[in-house]
Amino acid sequence: MLPRSAIETREELAGGASVEEYVLSLLERIRREDPKINSFITICDGPAIEAAKALDRKRREGGKLGPLFGLAVAVKDNICTKGVRTTCGSRMLEGFVPPYDATVIRRLKGADAIVIGKTNMDEFAMGSSTENSYFGPTRNPLDPERVAGGSSGGSAAAVASAFAPLALGSDTGGSVRCPASFCSIVGLKPTYGTVSRYGLISYANSLEQIGPMASNIGDCELLFDVIRGYDPRDNTSLPQKRVEIGEGGLRIGVPKEFFMEGVQEAVEKCVRDFLDKMGSLVEVEEISLPSLAYALPTYYIIAMSEASSNLARYDGIRYGLRGEDGSDWNETYCNNRGMGFGQEVKRRIILGTYALSAGYRNRYYIRAQKIRTLIREDFERAFKEFDLIAGPTMPVLPFRIGEKLDPVEVYMCDIETVPANLAGIPAISVPCGMSQGLPVGLQLMAPPFGEELLFRAGRIVEELA
Amino acid sequence: MAEVPIRIGLEIHCQLTNLRTKLFCGCPADYRGSPPNTHICPICMGLPGSLPSPNKKAIEDGVAVAIALNSEISKRMTFFRKNYFYPDLPKNFQISQYDGGGGVPLARGGYLHIEGGKRIRIRRIQIEEDPAKLAYEGTIDDSTATLVDNNRAGVALLEIVTEPDMEDPKEARAFLEKLRGILECLGVSNGELEGAMRCDANISLGGGTRVEIKNISSFKEVERALTFEITRQRQLLARDIEVRRETRHWDDVRRITVSLRAKEEEEDYRYFPEPDIVPIEISEDFIEGIRKRLPELPDQRRERYIRQFGLQEHNAELISSDNALSKLFEECVRMGGDPIEVSNWLVGDLISFTRELGMELTDPRVSPSKIVELVKLIRSGSISTKIAKEVLMESLRSDESPEDIVKRRGLLKISDEALLRDVVEEVFTENEKAVREALHDEDVVNFLIGQVMRKTKGKADPNLTYEIVKGSLERIKGGAPDS
Ligand SMILES: [Zn+2]
Repeated sequence: MLPRSAIETREELAGGASVEEYVLSLLERIRREDPKINSFITICDGPAIEAAKALDRKRREGGKLGPLFGLAVAVKDNICTKGVRTTCGSRMLEGFVPPYDATVIRRLKGADAIVIGKTNMDEFAMGSSTENSYFGPTRNPLDPERVAGGSSGGSAAAVASAFAPLALGSDTGGSVRCPASFCSIVGLKPTYGTVSRYGLISYANSLEQIGPMASNIGDCELLFDVIRGYDPRDNTSLPQKRVEIGEGGLRIGVPKEFFMEGVQEAVEKCVRDFLDKMGSLVEVEEISLPSLAYALPTYYIIAMSEASSNLARYDGIRYGLRGEDGSDWNETYCNNRGMGFGQEVKRRIILGTYALSAGYRNRYYIRAQKIRTLIREDFERAFKEFDLIAGPTMPVLPFRIGEKLDPVEVYMCDIETVPANLAGIPAISVPCGMSQGLPVGLQLMAPPFGEELLFRAGRIVEELA
Repeated sequence: MAEVPIRIGLEIHCQLTNLRTKLFCGCPADYRGSPPNTHICPICMGLPGSLPSPNKKAIEDGVAVAIALNSEISKRMTFFRKNYFYPDLPKNFQISQYDGGGGVPLARGGYLHIEGGKRIRIRRIQIEEDPAKLAYEGTIDDSTATLVDNNRAGVALLEIVTEPDMEDPKEARAFLEKLRGILECLGVSNGELEGAMRCDANISLGGGTRVEIKNISSFKEVERALTFEITRQRQLLARDIEVRRETRHWDDVRRITVSLRAKEEEEDYRYFPEPDIVPIEISEDFIEGIRKRLPELPDQRRERYIRQFGLQEHNAELISSDNALSKLFEECVRMGGDPIEVSNWLVGDLISFTRELGMELTDPRVSPSKIVELVKLIRSGSISTKIAKEVLMESLRSDESPEDIVKRRGLLKISDEALLRDVVEEVFTENEKAVREALHDEDVVNFLIGQVMRKTKGKADPNLTYEIVKGSLERIKGGAPDS
């Protein structure tokens, strides 16, 4: 069965099809298929069915129907949902039920969407394969032996499996785009400050954004328009702007640094062939952004530093896992944190703590901030000449579950995606072809608030692919 | 041993108690008297996903204080995270500011004059969140658990750090009193509230090692703790023992300082910019707007008292630095009281009487009309200064007006010359020997006047009495033949 687009489904539901039946059929599909994929940590059967009934009633009573009327949305489990546990893929928060909704959830509900379930993820969004989840890895629906990507692997797999037409992920260093690429869907990392982070459980605050995921550009844009917008609860939220789209043809710059070592030949060939094909419609030119060579270490130092502080609050006292009480508070904290966090989370907390410590801060954290500025400036310069910048989303094809054991090898997977987070610019991954039977995603980046440009170019990619 | 110079610096934390809400969330800032953990929300509890939103009014209050302390306000200030694990920190980091590592506090520099005109320099002023309050069942030593009350967590604090410009504990206390007066005058912090103003001190003797003292709960304790610490360090120096660079804790029960940790054991707070709060731009217009709304500050008030009312420096300083006293003074003057006489009464007897009675200056029994009445009674010659003191004390205690007291108790001064002559004659008759001596000895004249006063219970007009006594003596001296 070819899933209909969210836009089509919304028309049917608004036109009179039963929202309840639609939701029941999705829940049935999830129950049947998801045990093989593991895209959900929590399925919201009860609240979803209740919300569906309420929407059916609303339509019968002639109420105004929201832009996402009746549509099911799969939500990454680091976005707080009132009354529904929000685990962050961690044992630490296995039983944590937030007393409030994230701003994006309020916006979804305000648009008549239905949260169908909370999706699997790398613990605290730290990973690129969703293998670092306390709740087990998510499998790639295109090849269950392979990873779905991460950290929003559950959200991507849920869309690719047609468990929900729309999903929310979060992207700190590629966590929306990576699984979108691996699962052959569309995923957007918006401009920093465009989507409220209120209610998104922080991994690295200065880098991350909640992003929409869908099977096609149109649906992605539909969801993005609902979740975007200024939020006074998020101090880093920005007043919304739109970049004017010129009448002329698009000019795309392709940095040669996106094809440095570590990029698989199969991926490079697929992306280059596709860009050649695109060259008939738009202007494509190779450029250089030298600072990108330092993007990966810069990203990891900043992300880990912020994470080491963000995750300090998980001491098991006010909420979260509480183990044996020690003889003093320090021992109690150690017990709780020792038990609650997984390996990768502990590794990043330790590295981040180190990078911020007296005597090392200048060498690592401060230096990383300086390089971050250089990267941002490199992009600014490039966008004076080009509307968009393009390259592969992932340097590798979806790998086998358990294949990558060395953490640095996994970190290397983020090499193409982290620059957009460091620069705060929007970036999208759109499927652009297959290689060895596995999906390859094309990544497009735009200047701040250039999401419309990304959607416009994304539509061209969709047509060509 | 020769006196060595002492250098004292202070680090004061004062809550912005007049704010309606906490620094980063909408919870009520006034937690006093509320049951534990009732003024909390996802933000001040640091729940996953919550984000801080800076309270604009807190920044306005901070700017007002910075203006009053003559500090240079930053054009673009930043919040930093101070990272350390402790049960009173819900996030296990404190959102604070940092002067270093690229951090910019609310304000830098500035000064404050203490009594006598000495200038104490300010190093910086910053805004931060108050931690939660820890409580114990019984004492800290025998309690089986540490209880956390998060009502205080996230309340706005202003941290004011001085240069080490104070040279003795009295100056430190004078600085604190002056600062409290300014904060109250600005209407940003009520220092009378328990825990609203807390103070750490650092002290060094003879340019030697600096020792920090933490946990000082009141201004009186600051003076005590510093005095103790000076004695301790002097004794060490006298015995040629090196003073260690360390942080000490003031034990206000045993009234001693106890070593908390050596400098080498100081925690590394891993400061870095708070990524959830963007830098805050403070424009010239914003500052000017606040400057225009500022009330008259104690120093300006003092100058005006001297200029407008001709008050003495000492009286002007004492009255202007106390908001309640200033209010009382101005009310009295407005009601027609003579400024200089009123100021003398306020600074002298009123302060000591209210202290004796354990009354606040804001007590309704301390009404300006009483002072004005009293001053007028003296001026018109109706009562003597001595009687006036008695009347003031009674009026404060009973809340009866001075006039009524004077009438009821028949305290009006005796200015009736004929009546006084009779009394003087009576005294002369009863003290013949003294009268003879008084012809040559001025001291004995005073004795005779005293006797008149005693007979009239202090009501005799002293000037008139003196004239009559002197006149009578002259007459005896000048001609009346010895009988
Ligand atoms: Zn609160």
